[in-house]
Amino acid sequence: MDHVAIFSAVDQPDLWAARAQMAMSLAWHIVIACFGVGFPTLVLIAEYRSQHGGGAVYDALAHRWAKVLGVLFAVGAVSGTILSFEMGILWPRLMATFGSVLGLPFAIEGIAFFIEAIFIGIYLYGWDRLSPRVHLLTGLPIVVGGVASAWFVVTANAWLNQPVGFTLTNGVVTGVDPWAAILNPATPVETTHMILAAFMVSGFGVAAAHAWGLRRNPASQLHRTGFLVAFAMGAILAPAQIVVGDAAAQFLATNQPIKLAAIEGLYHSTRNAPLSIGGIPVDGSMHFALQIPDGLSLLAFRDPNALVIGLDTVPAADQPPVLPVHLAFQVMVAIGFGLLGLGAWLAWAWRRRRDLPRSRWFLRAAIAAGPGAVVAMEAGWVVTELGRQPWIVYRVMRVEDAVTAARGLPIGFFTLVAVYLLLTAGTVLVLRRTLAAIPEDGGPGA
Amino acid sequence: MTTADAILVLTWAGLTAYALFGGADFGAGFWDLTAGRRGDAVRGLVEETIGPVWEANHVWLIFAIVVVWTAFPRVFAAVASTLYIPLTLVAIGIILRGSGFAFRKSVTDSDLRRRFGVVFGLSSIVTPFFLGAIAGGVASGRVPLGNAEGDPIGSWLNPTSILGGVLAVGSCAYLAAVYLTADARRTGNGALVDAFRRRALASGSAVGVVALAGIAVLRTDAPTLFVGLTGPALPVVILSAAAGVASLGLLAGRRFTPARATAGLAVGAILWGWAVAQYPYLLVGSLTIDGAAGPPATLDALLISLVIGAILVVPSMVALFMLSQRVRA
Repeated sequence: MDHVAIFSAVDQPDLWAARAQMAMSLAWHIVIACFGVGFPTLVLIAEYRSQHGGGAVYDALAHRWAKVLGVLFAVGAVSGTILSFEMGILWPRLMATFGSVLGLPFAIEGIAFFIEAIFIGIYLYGWDRLSPRVHLLTGLPIVVGGVASAWFVVTANAWLNQPVGFTLTNGVVTGVDPWAAILNPATPVETTHMILAAFMVSGFGVAAAHAWGLRRNPASQLHRTGFLVAFAMGAILAPAQIVVGDAAAQFLATNQPIKLAAIEGLYHSTRNAPLSIGGIPVDGSMHFALQIPDGLSLLAFRDPNALVIGLDTVPAADQPPVLPVHLAFQVMVAIGFGLLGLGAWLAWAWRRRRDLPRSRWFLRAAIAAGPGAVVAMEAGWVVTELGRQPWIVYRVMRVEDAVTAARGLPIGFFTLVAVYLLLTAGTVLVLRRTLAAIPEDGGPGA
Repeated sequence: MTTADAILVLTWAGLTAYALFGGADFGAGFWDLTAGRRGDAVRGLVEETIGPVWEANHVWLIFAIVVVWTAFPRVFAAVASTLYIPLTLVAIGIILRGSGFAFRKSVTDSDLRRRFGVVFGLSSIVTPFFLGAIAGGVASGRVPLGNAEGDPIGSWLNPTSILGGVLAVGSCAYLAAVYLTADARRTGNGALVDAFRRRALASGSAVGVVALAGIAVLRTDAPTLFVGLTGPALPVVILSAAAGVASLGLLAGRRFTPARATAGLAVGAILWGWAVAQYPYLLVGSLTIDGAAGPPATLDALLISLVIGAILVVPSMVALFMLSQRVRA
C-alpha cells in the first residue's frame, strides 16, 4: 500500500471524547452481540435434543435459554443501533469520504440482521403456535442471519485495517470496487477469528452461569446438562481459535507489521526476533519479558532467521501505543490457552469416568471462564483497534482527520456513560429475576 | 430512472415501513404510558401486540441509515454531524424504549413493571419527536453540506422541526390506536375496542388539525418545501388528507380493518409528499440526488443487494405478521 495521507486534521478539541464514546459503545455492544451470534445455536441444540430423545431436561433448558436470548437480543438490537448513528455523529469525515467504499457490507449486514430479527420474533413467539419440527426449522435463519451479519460487519472493520477497492487522487476517492473492499486481505482471518470468539463467549458464558448453579445445587440435572452442552461448544472451538489467531499474527507480519511490532514491543527490525512473553515495553525497550529465542521470527514467518519489522521503521507519529497493545495481546493469548487447558481437563475427566472433574477448582475455573472469554475477546479488539492507531483507515486517514467538528462531545459521552450504566444494571437485574422465576428442575420452565 | 433514484425509492419505501410499523410500536408506547392506573387491559394488549414484532420493525431504520451512507455518503455525514444532538437523543430513546419494553415483559414484580413501563412509554414519545424534528431540519434546508456546518441548535429547534416532531408523535399514536382497535376486536373485549376507537378518533382528528395548521408554519419557515407541497406534491398531499378523513369515517362506522389501510395511507403519503416536494434535492438548496450519489459500482452493487434483500426480508416479515396475529394453538 502506497497511499499517502492527504487529509487535514479537523479542529476538534475533544477528540478523546469521540474516541471514548465509540470505544464504550462498541465494547458494550460486542459482548451482547456475541450472544446474538453464538447463543441461538445452543438453544437450537437443546430444542433438537428435546425432540430427539433428550428428555424433559433439554426442553426445560431450551425454554430457559430462549428467555435469556430474548432479553439479550432486544438489548443487542438497540445497543447496536447507536453504533450506526455514531459512524456519522462522531466520524462524518470518514463516512463522507469512504461511505461508498465501506458502506456495502453494512447494507448487507442490515439485511442479514433483518432476517435474524424477524426469525427471532417467529421463533420466540411461535413456540406454541407451530409444529415442533417447523419451530426448530424457524431457528435456523436466526443462526445464519447472526453469523452472516457478524461476517459482514467485521469485513468493514477488516477494511479499515486493509483498505482496498479504491484509488485516492488528491483526496478524492475514485475507482471504487465495493466487492474488493468486502473481500479485503484482512477479511478471512478477522471474520473467522471474531465469529469463533462469539461462539466461545456464548459457550463459556452460558456454561459459567450453569457452573454457578452446579456449585449451589450439585444434583441439578438442568445445570449439569446446560453446563456440558454450552461448555462443549466453547471448548471444542478453543483449539481452532488458537490456530486462527496464529494465522492472524502471520497475516499481520506481512500486511500490518507495525501492529505486530506493537503487539510484541519490537522497537527495532530484527532477524532471529525473540518472542516476548509478558514483560513491559516502555521507553523504547522491553523489560522483564520471558524471551524465547527466534520465537517471533518462527511464529511470524516459520523461519528462525526471518526479519521482523520493528516500530522504528515508521515515524514516531505513526506508531500505535505499544504498552496497551502488548498487554492486551498477552491477556488474550493467556486466557485463550487457559480456556484450551480447561477444555482438556474436562475431556480427560470425561474419558476416564464420564463425569466432571472431581476437584472443586474445576467449577470455580469454569465460572471464571465466562467473564474470561469476554475479557479475551475485548482484549483482542483492543489489539485490533489500538494497534491500528493513529489511523482510522490504515495508512490513509488518521483518526483526527475523520472526527466531527461539532462542539460539546464530552456532554454526549458522559450522558452515554450514564445510559450504559443503567442499561447494564437493568440487564443484570432482569436476567437474574427471569432466571430466578424459572424452576430449575422438572417440567418445561417457561 | 437512474440507479440512484431507484435506491432512493427503495430507501423511502423502507422508511415508510418504519413509519407505519415501527411508528405504530412507538404509538403503542404512547397509549401504554397514558393508560392510567386502571390501564392493565390496554397495556396487556400493547404488550401482546408489539412483543413479537418491534425488533423486526426497528430494523427498517438501521437499514435506511446504512443505505443512505453507502449511496449518499456526504448527505449522511452532513445530516449526522449537524443534527448530532437530536440524533443522540433518538439513539438513547431507542435504547431505553427497546430495553424498557423487553425488561418489563420479562419480569413479574408489579413495582418493577411500572418503572420499566414508564421508561418504555416516555422514550416512545421522545424518540419519534426527535426523529420528526430531524426530518423538519432537513426538510427546511437547515443542513448544509460539510462537517457539522449547520447550526447545532437551530437546525432542530425551529418551527418546522417542532411541527415535524409533533406530527411524528401524533401520527405514531394515531396509527397505533387504529391498529390496536382492530386487534382489540379479535380479543373480543368490547370495552377495549371502544377505548382504542375513541383514542383513534381523537388522535386522528388532532393530527389532521396539526397538519393543516402546519401548512401555515411551512409557508414562512420552509418556503422551498411549501412551494413543493403546494406544487408537484399537491396530489400526494390531497391523497393524505382524503385518506385521513376516510379513516375517521371508517372508524366512526366501526369498519376497523379497512381503517388500518386508509390510516397507513394517510401517514405514508405525508412522507412521500415530502419526498416529492423536495425532489431532486437531498440537502435543500445545496445537494441534489445526482450530486450526492456515490460511484456507479457501489450503486449497482447496493441495488442488487437491496433487491435480493427484499426477496428475503419481505416474505419473512409477512410470515411474522401472520404468525403474530394467530391465536395460541
